[in-house]
Amino acid sequence: MFDIVLLGLNHKTAPVELRELLSFSKEEAVAVLEGLQKCPDINEVMLISTCNRVEVLLTTSNTINAVNSVKTYISEFKKIPISKFEDALYMHDGEEAVRHIFRVASSLDSMMVGEPQILGQIKDAYLTTILKKTSGVILNRLLHKTFFVAKRVRSETGIGDHAVSISYAAIELARKIFGNLEGKKVLLIGAGEMAELAVEHLIRNKVGEIFVANRTFERGVELSNRFKGKAVRIEEIPGCLKVVDIIISSTGSPNFVIARDQVKGVMRSRRNRPIFFIDIAVPRDIDPDINRLNNAYVYDIDDLKGVIEENIKDRNKESIKGERIVDEAVISFKRWFEGLSAVPTIVALRDKIDTIARTEVDKTLHSLNHLSDNDCQAIHRMTNSLINKILHDPTLFLKNNGCHGDRFAYIDLTRKLFKLDD
Amino acid sequence: MEIVIIATIFFYLMSTAGYFAYLFLQKNYLNRAGYFLLIAGFLCNSAAIFYGFLKSGQIPVHNLHETLVIVGWSITGVFIIFQYKFNLRIFGIYAAPLAAIVMVFASQVSSEPVQIKNIVNNFWLIFHIVSIFIGEASFVLAGGLGFMYLAQEHAIKAKKHGFFFRRLPSLELLDTAGYNCIVVGFTMLTIGLATGLVYAEMVWGRFWSWDPKEVWSAITWLLYAALLHGRLTAGWRGRKAAIMAIVGLAALLFTFFGVNFFLKGHHGEFTRL
Repeated sequence: MFDIVLLGLNHKTAPVELRELLSFSKEEAVAVLEGLQKCPDINEVMLISTCNRVEVLLTTSNTINAVNSVKTYISEFKKIPISKFEDALYMHDGEEAVRHIFRVASSLDSMMVGEPQILGQIKDAYLTTILKKTSGVILNRLLHKTFFVAKRVRSETGIGDHAVSISYAAIELARKIFGNLEGKKVLLIGAGEMAELAVEHLIRNKVGEIFVANRTFERGVELSNRFKGKAVRIEEIPGCLKVVDIIISSTGSPNFVIARDQVKGVMRSRRNRPIFFIDIAVPRDIDPDINRLNNAYVYDIDDLKGVIEENIKDRNKESIKGERIVDEAVISFKRWFEGLSAVPTIVALRDKIDTIARTEVDKTLHSLNHLSDNDCQAIHRMTNSLINKILHDPTLFLKNNGCHGDRFAYIDLTRKLFKLDD
Repeated sequence: MEIVIIATIFFYLMSTAGYFAYLFLQKNYLNRAGYFLLIAGFLCNSAAIFYGFLKSGQIPVHNLHETLVIVGWSITGVFIIFQYKFNLRIFGIYAAPLAAIVMVFASQVSSEPVQIKNIVNNFWLIFHIVSIFIGEASFVLAGGLGFMYLAQEHAIKAKKHGFFFRRLPSLELLDTAGYNCIVVGFTMLTIGLATGLVYAEMVWGRFWSWDPKEVWSAITWLLYAALLHGRLTAGWRGRKAAIMAIVGLAALLFTFFGVNFFLKGHHGEFTRL
């Protein structure tokens, strides 16, 4: 009997140093697939390697041998002793392997639940598998089902809704204030990874002019070139407040860079157009009292972190719905998989033909009242032997003889041909 | 007649249910269902008014029942247009139940027409009534948008991002939509008051008779005029504009109901119980 086996490690079981050692580039992945395909115990195989996980998905008729071959192969390929990574490995088979791959693709098993990249990475891995022709009926069906499940989880639950990074959360807030960010003017004060990332997100949202203020003007010019913006001097900030809509501040200044009265003073000449301050600096750059002015909004780093925490809680809540969708899919896949052995298929085929024959014979005999009981029985006998003769060769074929190579493909075909899965 | 009113109420209630389901489940088809049910209700509502018009040959505003039917009709009609233009999905939870309540109220009050003296049914009267109602419906929507603006602004300022924060649109959209409602409302109210004056001159021989309804309408008009003036000159927007829209709504409700119940005047018959 064939089984689906998944062997792997992820961010929960292995530290980053180990994951780095064991991750495979695209070229390496091709080589691994070719190597594993040669193992006698492995029928179909696929390799998923991302920065957070390395997983091998395979079908085999001898689980223990197959798992050992994979371990040995990886150990030789990466030149790392098995003992070094064996503890971090987890092994799922049958239903659990199916559930695992569904959960991974739906981003329920990710470090950040709901992150969208993983599905694309699995699709890429599957593409490599297809090109190397190392997958067969089972893995193909499993992966198509996986993509379907992942899509369903994404569209039917809120698992991917709402930002979980500081810079995205800030952009989401800006959208709640301004609606459309197109053409809004931005002022970046200071520099820093998070602040620059936020500006990049804003550029992607088609904001208008970008001003960059920095204590060292040269650095400001450098940054403004990167964002195709305009460098201004620190002293020019109060003037800028009249025109800009979004201010991102991230300086090392120990005092407030923008005070309440400065903003209060410009609100009139801004005609009360809303102004949004994103304060990423510690200690803070923006006077928090500005938030109490009409049409002015201030979010500091702690506020943004608070927003993110809420969003993460929401995602985790939504992931429960995702698990339910996965459970449903596992059950339906299991039904298909169990049907893939010869005996149930033959039984189902015979049942189907029997039912058809009996219905038709009954219908015919109903209108032939002049026949005696003996005649009727003769007709029944004839029907039965017809069924037996017709099904004789297909039964033998499915049971063994002639079924060289991919037996699942023939069983699958039979089931489709006679529509046995309804 | 009864049956048309009941059908209208039914559709408005169904639409309300659709919009509330949308509020909780956030499925777009629920929003669309709410919208189309509201349109169906609006058509029934129009039929009811048209029937009244055929029966009396006059625009049916002869008692509180008929007036409320027109109030429900104008709220729904103006909302349908605004929804189409701004796509403020969540706004249905305000307009649909409001229309439903008005119609339920209408169905509960007596529909015996009051005998009215001195009514000349002409173009000016119809124009007066229709534009006043459309204007007031716009103000009612503006008031609702004002409430939503304040709720959303509070959520952003207080940094409490709850149920409504997620579902309410951006401040900018609420503010712009509210402003547009007020511009439309103000224009229609101005036209309505002007045609009313012309009508008064034609029928009673004087433009202005210090009728309480006239006085209060003028007060309401001045209030909204101040709001628009403030916005255009001093940039009153956001919170201030939202509060003004709500104050305006309060004045409007008093002009509509309060004046009839507490004060007397030549408009009284139309809205007396």
